[in-house]
Amino acid sequence: MSALAALILRDIRIALRAGGGALIGVLFFLSVVVLMPFAVGPDLQLLSRLGPAILWLGALLASLLTLDRLFLADHEDGSLDLIAMGRTPLELACGAKAVAHWLAAGLPLVIATPALGLLLNLDALSTSAVALTLLAGTPALTFTGMIGAALAVTLHRGGLLLAVLVVPLSIPVLIFGVAASEAAISPPHSFGAPFAILCALSLVSSVVGPFAAAASLRQGLD
Amino acid sequence: MRLSGRGVRCVRGGREVFSSLDFEARAGEVLAVRGRNGAGKTSLLRLIAGLLIPAAGAIALDGGDTELTIAEQAHYLGHRDALKPALSVGENLSFWREFLGGEVSDTAESLRAVGLDHAVHLPAAYLSAGQRRRLSLARLLAVRRPLWLMDEPNAALDTAGQGLLAGLMGEHLARGGLIVAATHGSLGLDARELRIGSLP
Repeated sequence: MSALAALILRDIRIALRAGGGALIGVLFFLSVVVLMPFAVGPDLQLLSRLGPAILWLGALLASLLTLDRLFLADHEDGSLDLIAMGRTPLELACGAKAVAHWLAAGLPLVIATPALGLLLNLDALSTSAVALTLLAGTPALTFTGMIGAALAVTLHRGGLLLAVLVVPLSIPVLIFGVAASEAAISPPHSFGAPFAILCALSLVSSVVGPFAAAASLRQGLD
Repeated sequence: MRLSGRGVRCVRGGREVFSSLDFEARAGEVLAVRGRNGAGKTSLLRLIAGLLIPAAGAIALDGGDTELTIAEQAHYLGHRDALKPALSVGENLSFWREFLGGEVSDTAESLRAVGLDHAVHLPAAYLSAGQRRRLSLARLLAVRRPLWLMDEPNAALDTAGQGLLAGLMGEHLARGGLIVAATHGSLGLDARELRIGSLP
């Protein structure tokens, strides 16, 4: 087994065990979406119109919630020092950690979406459109959020700063994610263009994110 | 193999910790770094490990693998154990064995050597401070690295543990390894001394 596979497997294991962060994100997502019909009121048409936006907002906040511990936990127990000293380039190790985080905390959000769509009066087509855009867009949230998580290590006690840094970076993802889901629901708009941009955002951030995070971590190891 | 530093200067947080520090150690030798608290013993180890960058001077490892950096040929045993409480003893060790790679040996054997073979399936959360230290030592055995950088290796170990540590260090030296250890007490081995700053 290669070093990167070992790192991904370790992070997933920790996230899924008691005290890990994977389920916290899904539970948060669930609470936001479940509470929304109570706040908006029993207007079914309004709910189904707001549905994609609510699901996207919930997923964004849920992934932000679990991201801050991505590097901080490894920094606090000294693992980050050893990872930085290893023969695997730090950039690849950062990428592997992001992949593990997405598998443990991002993918469950996508899987939970169909169930939550029912609560927002979304039909099967709309729900699957939102789930598809989340599948394409949540990697972008993880990889851009990783940059913030790495900065949180450099700037000690930077947990609060993470939200301020990462939220502006995730605005494009949110815009195109919601635009693509709504285009799928109301036919005159084109689904292809916003969805392609969403995929592009994920691909670009998966390349830029690991480099930015590794550069930030190298500064932070003192 | 020879580890050497010339005119090394360390600055942390805008404050000079030490400057123009020269040191040298050869294969089979222990370099015992001594100094009062805050003199920069840990900083020196982190400089050698490549985790800090010297403000001046250079550190070199001659006779090692020229393809690899010093950090990639070194083990760093710091204050922090790099153990995950959610994983079992065996999982913690096999992760580092897989991740660090290179020349590896059997995890079960490494655990036996540090006296933790009975606790393979125990979550690391339940280990005592001394047992955590022993598990960190097992990492040094599971993956072969010529240079060991040890920060207070005796900390938290009982008398038997200190004897065990001296034995393991002796074996490492006999195989041509090199150890740099920051310590206040005795290591139980003949060591070349390096003093940082003035002693009290």
